[in-house]
Amino acid sequence: MQQEVVLAMLAKEPSHGYELRARLRHALGPVGEALNDGQVYVTLARLEKAGQVTSEQLHGQSEKSDRRVYALTAAGQERVANWLAEVSWPRPDLAEFHLKLIAAAAAGLADPIAIVDAQRRELLRRLREAQRAAMAEPDRSDAGLLLEGIVLRLQADLRWLEACERSWTGRKASGTTSTR
Amino acid sequence: MKGTAKTVNDTGNSSMVRARGLCRHYGRDASLVRAVDHVDLDVTPGETLAIMGPSGCGKSTLLHLLGGLDRPTAGELWLAGQRLDQMSERSMAALRRHTVGFVFQAFHLMDELTVVENVELPLLLAGRSPRGSRRRATDLIDQVGLADRARHLPSQLSGGQRQRVAIARALANEPLVVLADEPTGNLDSEATLDVLRLLEGLHEAGQTIVIVTHDSRIAATADRLISMRDGAFVDDTRLTGGTGITGSDDQLGALAGLTPEDA
Repeated sequence: MQQEVVLAMLAKEPSHGYELRARLRHALGPVGEALNDGQVYVTLARLEKAGQVTSEQLHGQSEKSDRRVYALTAAGQERVANWLAEVSWPRPDLAEFHLKLIAAAAAGLADPIAIVDAQRRELLRRLREAQRAAMAEPDRSDAGLLLEGIVLRLQADLRWLEACERSWTGRKASGTTSTR
Repeated sequence: MKGTAKTVNDTGNSSMVRARGLCRHYGRDASLVRAVDHVDLDVTPGETLAIMGPSGCGKSTLLHLLGGLDRPTAGELWLAGQRLDQMSERSMAALRRHTVGFVFQAFHLMDELTVVENVELPLLLAGRSPRGSRRRATDLIDQVGLADRARHLPSQLSGGQRQRVAIARALANEPLVVLADEPTGNLDSEATLDVLRLLEGLHEAGQTIVIVTHDSRIAATADRLISMRDGAFVDDTRLTGGTGITGSDDQLGALAGLTPEDA
């Protein structure tokens, strides 16, 4: 499990490990089925070691890591803020982007639509570049065919961003910023 | 509308298209629709601007306002320094003929006229001689790569070819601005590329172009992209120039999976 995702899921409020897992399961649905529950705890332990998360064992509860309440430290918060602002592609990690929007909205840290806009700008710049290269190729060249593939992938990503935009605009309008 | 010195100065501005507080509202009271709502816009000469947004966001209405096909309910609008929102119907018709070239999604060619007749029509309407019109139309058809189709009827052409004819026609009277509404909306991928090449050529020749589109490929050819929602602009961004995020040299390679970088 990517560290930033786990951190961002804690940005809203301190939570138990099992709550984090439930949030991830809800956000990812069948896509997250392959996720091993243990991964969340491994990630949390690493983050704690790195000083980005603290944990507290609640009174009278067992020692199991499941029963601890995890919270972000200042360093953890900073890392989340940087991650939200970062535009990452061309290796489109759809789940990461999706969780970024969900975590940003849940914690009120950033406007998901602004994140979508930033991502779209970046993709359009890349599309522009790929397309200019494609247009410079003679008809039916081998390189042109490869460039066409790049263009089509970027278009698919952009269409998904449109769907993200529609969905988050709708949630904003109806006042539901959380998916829970 | 204020007849103040400031407004006069504004018209002396170098924008090809300039709008201030532009509105197009329909209906009233509970059924009021704000198709275009207080839009401010400046398009500089030679710029290619794309306007994107979901269906019904007002982008086509805005384009119609810019080209004088529709009238604003409020606001100020200039095209090449001429004030449009107060213009008479007659001057507006002349402006549509001489200053603006339109390209539509459905081509809007005259089915009973040949390719060359379609392209020369606006020239004849603008008062050019038949011979001069024919010569210019032939040149334009050549420019869009359809010289061998000049005598064909639109029905004998593919969608992409029809759109190229429509672009030639839009350019006939050397418009100051080309306004295109979903120009690739009816085209397949290859025909889209032809139209993109054509628009790119126009852009390089310094033509001012405003394109309204759903198609991210078209939007990506623009210098600048505006996102529109509910009649208003929500994002205005320059697509030219790097972002500093990734070196652009290896960017294409990375997009194709050639230079896998570790996250």
